[in-house]
Formats: sequence, C-alpha cells, structure tokens
Amino acid sequence: MSENDEPGGMFGVQGTGDTSGYAGLTRQHAMPSRTSDVGVQPYGGWFKEIADALAFAEAEAVIHRGELTFHVRRERLLEVLQVLRDELRFELCSGVSGVHYVDDQGKELHAVYHLLSMTYNRRVRVETSAPDEDPHVPSGVGIYPTLDWHERETYDMFGIVFDGHPGLTRILMPDDWPGHPQRKDYPLGGIPVEYKGATIPPPDTRRSYS
Amino acid sequence: MTTTEDEGRTFTVTGQDWDELTDALKDVKDERIVVNMGPQHPSTHGVLRLILELEGETVTEARAGIGYLHTGIEKNMEYRSWTQGTTFVTRMDYLSPIFNETAYVLGVEKLLGIGAEVPEKAEVIRVLLMELNRISSHLVAIATGGMELGALTVMTIGFRERELCLDLFEFITGLRMNHAYIRPGGVAQDVPEGTVARVSEFIELMKKRLTEYAALCNANPIFKGRLEQVGYLDLEGCLALGLTGPILRSTGYPWDLRKTQPYCGYEDYDFEVITWDTCDSYGRFRVRLAEMWESLRIMEQALKRLADLDGAPVMVADKKIAWPSQLSVGPDGQGNSLDHIRHIMGESMEALIHHFKLVTEGFRVPAGQAYAAIESPRGELGAHVVSDGGTKPYRVHFRDPSFTNLQATSVMSEGGMVADVIVAIASIDPVMGGVDR
Repeated sequence: MSENDEPGGMFGVQGTGDTSGYAGLTRQHAMPSRTSDVGVQPYGGWFKEIADALAFAEAEAVIHRGELTFHVRRERLLEVLQVLRDELRFELCSGVSGVHYVDDQGKELHAVYHLLSMTYNRRVRVETSAPDEDPHVPSGVGIYPTLDWHERETYDMFGIVFDGHPGLTRILMPDDWPGHPQRKDYPLGGIPVEYKGATIPPPDTRRSYS
Repeated sequence: MTTTEDEGRTFTVTGQDWDELTDALKDVKDERIVVNMGPQHPSTHGVLRLILELEGETVTEARAGIGYLHTGIEKNMEYRSWTQGTTFVTRMDYLSPIFNETAYVLGVEKLLGIGAEVPEKAEVIRVLLMELNRISSHLVAIATGGMELGALTVMTIGFRERELCLDLFEFITGLRMNHAYIRPGGVAQDVPEGTVARVSEFIELMKKRLTEYAALCNANPIFKGRLEQVGYLDLEGCLALGLTGPILRSTGYPWDLRKTQPYCGYEDYDFEVITWDTCDSYGRFRVRLAEMWESLRIMEQALKRLADLDGAPVMVADKKIAWPSQLSVGPDGQGNSLDHIRHIMGESMEALIHHFKLVTEGFRVPAGQAYAAIESPRGELGAHVVSDGGTKPYRVHFRDPSFTNLQATSVMSEGGMVADVIVAIASIDPVMGGVDR
C-alpha cells in the first residue's frame, strides 16, 4: 500500500487525475445495480410470468442486456429461491457471487445468484444486499445444496455471513487470514518493480483512469 | 516415518515406508484412522487435499480441502484494463485456457453490446480453438485418470496426442498455454498461413489415434473393473450439487450449452451431444472419449468455413474498441509490426490517438452486469462481469465447473474403498487452477 491512504498514482497525480484543467475528464461512477434498460412493466414473454410469480416478495425487476435480474430484500430471499426452484423449475443454481458496491449506502454488499431452468431453458439472476455493518444474508444451502462452497467462497472474499450455513469457514484463503480480500477497501498490495532504471509502482497505487 | 503425540497419535508417512506404519498400527485397537491425502500427491490432480476418515480400507468420510492454488486472479483483474483481463483469466483453468478467455470475453462483449458485431472469422477461430482445447483437455483427463489407475500407457499416449494440440496452439496463438488470444471484439491476430493444412493433418491423425484409446480401454476388463459403478451420482444428485459437463451427461441427460444456449455460432455446426446412462466413472470416460470425436467433426466444419474467409477481419470494426497494436515476427523475435508503426507514426493522427488511448487507458464499458456461460470441457463455465462504466472491471467472478464439481467428492466416495476415491476424483477431472483461481 502507498504511504498515504489516498491512492495518488504515477507522476505525482493527486485526486481525480484530471489534466484537462476544466474538469472535463472528471467522471461520475455509475453503479450497475441502479442501471436499467427497461425495468418497468410490461416485460413481454416469460419475463412477465416470472415477475408475476415473484410479486409476493416485492422483487424489483431489472432488465439489462437481455438478462433478467430480481432485487430481493434479504428477508425474502429464501422464499424467492424456493418458489423459483419448485414452481418455476429453476433446477440448477450456478452459484453465488459477491459484489462490494462501496457507494451504495446501506446495501454495500450484494450477493448475486445465477439460476438456470433446464426445463424451460431460461436464466434469471437474483440479487440481494446487506449493509457493511450487518453483513448477514440467509443461507440457500437448504434449497440449493451446491451453494455450500459458493457461499463459503463469498464469505471468505467479502465477509458476507450466510446465516444457517452448515459450516461457514474460509475456503480459499488460509483459516487465520485477516480481512476479506475482494472487498473494495482491501488493498491489492504488491511491491514496486524496477524496470530499466525506472520504478513501476504496485498496480493499486498506479494512476487510475476510471 | 515420524510419530507425534500432541494432537492424538499422528504418523507422518513420506512414501516407501508403509510397512513401518502397518507395524506401528498393529497394537492400535481402534480401526478408525484419518488420512490426509495431499495436497502434494501424484493422484490428486495438482494441489487438492483430501481428508479421508477410514475404517480399514473403507472410506467413511471424505472432505476436500482447497485453496492451495489461490492466486487472487479476480482481485487482480479489478486493477487492469478490460483487455488485460484475458491475460489473467487464461491462467485460471490451465487445461482449458481458450474457454476461460471466451467466457470472459463473451461477458465483456455482452456489456459492450457488440455481440452481434464480432466478425464471422473471429467466431470461427474461437470455435476451432475451443474444440481443439476440448480435445487436449479431455486427453489430459483420460491420461491422468489412466495413470492414477496404473494404466501408464493411457497416460503416455494421452500426453503424446496432447502435445500435438499444444503444437497447434503454439502455431496459431504463439503460445502453448496461457494464450490471451481471444480478445474483447475478436481475436488477437489472424491465423497464420498454413493453418488449415496443419489442422487438417492433425484431424486425420487423431482419427487414427483416437481408436487406440477405444481399443485399449473400452472393453479392457481391468479398466472396466476399476471404473464401473465407481463414483456413482445420478441426475438428481448432479442437479442438487450443481454438477454439469460430462458428469451430468453420464446420467443420460443431454445438457450441453453448445446446443441449448448456443454462443459463438455453435448453432451452425452439426454435432451430437454425447450421453451415457450408467452415472459412473466409466460412463464419464466414454462421454469424454466420444466428445473428442464430435470436436473433430466441429473442427472440420470450422476449417471448411475458415478456408472461405481468407483475409476477412478478425476484430470488430469499431476503432474505439478494437485492439490497435499489431505484432509481427522480425529477425530479432516478436515485436511491433513495422507497417503498424508506420501507419500510426506517419499516416494517421487518429490511429495514433486510438493506439495511445486503448493501449494505455483501455476502452470504457457501460455500467451494468452480465453473465456469460459456455460449455467448457468440465461443464458450465460462467463469467459474472460487472462494470461501473470505467476502463477496468468493477468485479469479475468465475463460476468454474471444477470448483462446483469437486463438491461431489464426498457423495461419490463415501462408503467406498480408498482406491475408488482416486477413480472418483479422476472422473470429476478437477483442475486446481480453476478451482482456486
């Protein structure tokens, strides 16, 4: 990590790295969970069928790049997964993936489930969130046993605690590892490398364009 | 052999001293022992650690310990541009690098919204290389599986043919492994001259060589005796545990993403989805063997299309995305193409800007998330790609089939013999680089 916590970057660049002089290069970060192409009724086709079936859970639907995502409150997650598996025939769960949206206040940690219905050849994504201070999400192992290792990995990498998991321990990092490496506040680390007389800083302290 | 007493009675066996262990265990009344197999063990496919609880020769509990090859690829990618990401993902599952790259690239292209603009030739090359990679990966699965049974000839001939695949990879992509050849928008370079001829030659040779595997194994009583009814897992078990690929198809369910959710133009190729109905290790072996024949069929069709696409573009036309730098081989090795240098330095200011911006900064990907899944040799390989609108991935997660399939270790091996654990693991065909990422 750099000496000061603020990632400074190469060539003594501070702040945004905007060299245009009139803030022409300053960019706003867009958080993917808020982007939506359509997101409103009617969706058409089977999207609507599933949205109707999940209406009881007040699931918020987002359609982006032809993929259907349901944002579900964590209290309703298990009910939603149960309905998706038993009634809508999403037999296979491709696992859970964590994302740490640092700017999404109050719901920084997202758990994203990808489900596949082999009967109907459909895919759907279920996303739930938890705040940094209370990183708890109910475990889906009882519904999809395949989530066992996936939830352990997400716990290991993001610190999301899956309540009800049969044995939530670290899986990829050593058992005594401090911190959760995939969180955005966890530095990448690394050492400066000398190449042809110049020093190249570690990747997370280099000048950033985005 | 050494013995310690601090955590119960612990014996450390280092090989060739099994007799000492059995002597030491003679006066132990309790038959139940816990054996740590791996993480360094020739038959654990890399650094897999198996914790086996044995009663005599019977496995009562089997647990897999992983993480010994975790390299933080997903974290590293968040600090490099979208294009540099291919250099990382190719190193995950090192036996199927082309698949890793394709899954990632399809995810990025979905977010960019350029899926339909990828040139036909790039898609044909992707399919050709993926099927070549499927053959080389299945060859290693069969070869190492054979070696773990003691069938050394299966191993030697498996690696003999794999070497031919790697030679072709080197010829086409420049590297035997870790190619970083499939790029967002297309592929890195056009295929070199003589590709069609060399690959055709390989296909003809493989048609002769693949029959050797069938002659050696299919009806071999020892081979069948070791594999049949071992590592049994039926369709329900597969779906509950999220298992895909040859394991799922060995239960008789013809689920193959190439057929059910085609990508890269697989809908235009004529091939069969191979299934077997025994749900056991032997079935998985037969599925892999037959799939190599189907891969050869697909490669033949891809070659036919490739021959008609001489000189066609292999990268999207959009100069704001297409990787500008071109390489060539000079007398002092590989370097920048002189034609390209002349173009950007002497002819086109715009080309220079594109080169500079794309090589230093990279292109921006609109904010959003996408999931792209492909049929890798081991099952569904999915890439969950998240962008915040910047030049670097916000988060990339890989649903690696090896990781998911390895969860079946317990159900496949508990209640069986120690020797059958090896067979069950070999039939899962986990690649630890993909498991741990």
